[in-house]
Amino acid sequence: MALDDNKRRYLEHLAGETFFMLGDEACAYGALFAGCDFFAGYPITPASEVAELMAKELPKSGGIYIQMEDELASMAAIVGASWTGSRTMTATSGPGFSLMQENLGYAIMTETPCVIVDVQRSGPSTGQATKPAQGDVMQARWGTHGDHNIIALAPNSGQECFDLMLDCFDLSDTYRTPVIMLMDGEIGHFRESVSMPPVAAIKHVTRKRAKSAADVFGGDELVPGMIHYGEGHNIHVTGSTHLSTGMRDVSTDHVHNKLVRRICRKIEANREQIVKVAEDITAGGKARVGVISYGATSRPALGAVKEVRDQGKDVDFLRLITIWPFARKQVTEFARDLDVILVPEMNLGQMSREIERFVGCEVVSLSKIGGVPHSVTEITQAILERIE
Amino acid sequence: MSTPRHRLMDFVREEIMPHRFCTGCGCGTVLNVFINAVEALELDRTKMVCVSGIGCSAWIPSPYFKADTLHTTHGRPIAFATGVKVMRPDLKVVVIAGDGDVSGIGGNHLIHAARRNIDLTVIMVNNMIYGMTGGQVAPTTPTGVKTTTTPYGNIEPPFNVADLVMAAGASYVSRWTTYHVFQLMKAMKDALSTEGFSFVEIMSQCPDNYGRRIGVRTGVEFLKRFKEQSVRVGKSRDMSEEELKGKFVIGNLCNKERPEYVSQLHKVTDDQVRQLAEETA
Ligand code: SF4
Repeated sequence: MALDDNKRRYLEHLAGETFFMLGDEACAYGALFAGCDFFAGYPITPASEVAELMAKELPKSGGIYIQMEDELASMAAIVGASWTGSRTMTATSGPGFSLMQENLGYAIMTETPCVIVDVQRSGPSTGQATKPAQGDVMQARWGTHGDHNIIALAPNSGQECFDLMLDCFDLSDTYRTPVIMLMDGEIGHFRESVSMPPVAAIKHVTRKRAKSAADVFGGDELVPGMIHYGEGHNIHVTGSTHLSTGMRDVSTDHVHNKLVRRICRKIEANREQIVKVAEDITAGGKARVGVISYGATSRPALGAVKEVRDQGKDVDFLRLITIWPFARKQVTEFARDLDVILVPEMNLGQMSREIERFVGCEVVSLSKIGGVPHSVTEITQAILERIE
Repeated sequence: MSTPRHRLMDFVREEIMPHRFCTGCGCGTVLNVFINAVEALELDRTKMVCVSGIGCSAWIPSPYFKADTLHTTHGRPIAFATGVKVMRPDLKVVVIAGDGDVSGIGGNHLIHAARRNIDLTVIMVNNMIYGMTGGQVAPTTPTGVKTTTTPYGNIEPPFNVADLVMAAGASYVSRWTTYHVFQLMKAMKDALSTEGFSFVEIMSQCPDNYGRRIGVRTGVEFLKRFKEQSVRVGKSRDMSEEELKGKFVIGNLCNKERPEYVSQLHKVTDDQVRQLAEETA
């Protein structure tokens, strides 16, 4: 995707600079550097700062910002806008994310690229609106109905809020699927230094284009090309089961089979290209205890791992950046020589259960809810208890 | 001998004909009138996007109308259409959907689109029932009518959707029935030519699922009723509430100029772009 003059001018006045900002703001700047054209959203704590910054900055780069009447409308609007060829996004938190689920499923079924930022807060329901949590891990994966696959990334710093937004848009266009930026209230509201890259360093994925309306939803390709509205192809986009032409066929079993399995497979088959992990610390097979974490929790977790290692004791550490699709291969390899894996997370064990499905060793959930993040000490203690 | 091809056959996706509407359904009339209005205005169909939700009326454009189409979730077509329109203001974006879709589940999007006065044309086909799901009560079902979910009679008053949209701030609002095809065509042309939010409510027959509840079994019987029950808006002003009971007020309900949303939205962006260009020059 080439930057137009307005975007280039806008980015050039920021490029190469380092600012001190909220994770939410870093995420919005990341979207601007990703060439976002359209933002539609509805305010919600702790995600509102994403919208506020987009409202201020997006018009300067030539984009359009709308505050819609609710989250259902926001999700609908970004899907509609995506079919005009725009890069589109919304931002929300748990309750709003719940409202978006039906149209998120629509975006999956119609293979519409778009980015949804979910700055998680403590739930269920209105729960603790201003407190951080990681309670939407499974909502991101299974919130909408039916069989599907999804991509979700979890940053753990302001810089990553920025950097991963570029990945979100690229993954979304590459695989023609909605991508979820799964932040949390803590990361969203941390203030940290964030560096903006030079404009020349930004490389965007260009959406693959189809030659005719007959191939927009399948043909022989795992990820078909798109045709945008107004190009004279009379394309038909529907959330109902459809043929490769887009025409509805809701009664033939093999049509549904082919479509839904392909939509799942396009992410499944590219798992290794999509999945990113970080801080893969290993004692080279000597450790019996390992820690896996992600998002805000990975920071005290990493602190604890370092502390234990400083004491001369062996402990391994892995941070998941890609939450979905699950880092199967990396986690399985990580677990190979371990007796136990500790999983600190701000929920009652959503990711630890997923890890458990793929490893042979014991998995212990260091779960914590109530809005108070894990301390380094409590994770250190948990690690030491298992080592001794 | 081959059958002669209809002059408007190019306007429909011929490959999926015949259509699936029940015999006598008003949806066919709406499609027919809409296509004629598009032809009469000489609209470029490659620059049109028709958006619809879920239900029988949603099928009018998608899949039958041959242009770019977006068949969305129940109640949300106006919200989807908003995204299309703001990013491609040059496209003519039309929503065709049912009363349940637009005024029931999607009521919130309707009033906000009218309030913003976004340049969309919304054609609401009001058959006074949930047709596709088998005849459940709708927000537009008249009081007293027995439906599958009001077996003891509907106790709720029906929604006057056109009045609601007018009050919310739409530029153009009219209401007709499938009996008034020529007036309806004129209204559709006016709506499609309005810059701003335009809304046409069409009282339409569902002989299959509504007709059977009220004892009107054919499309023709419905048309006769629509003719008898319709009152021109001018005349209605002198009539009491009692006299208007069971009647449809038809005609052009409003046609006013108001600032249009998409152009204002783009002005905000254009101004900011220009300002930044000056500052960084
Ligand atoms: S159920 Fe009613 S509205 Fe639907 S196609 Fe049949 S007659 Fe028309």
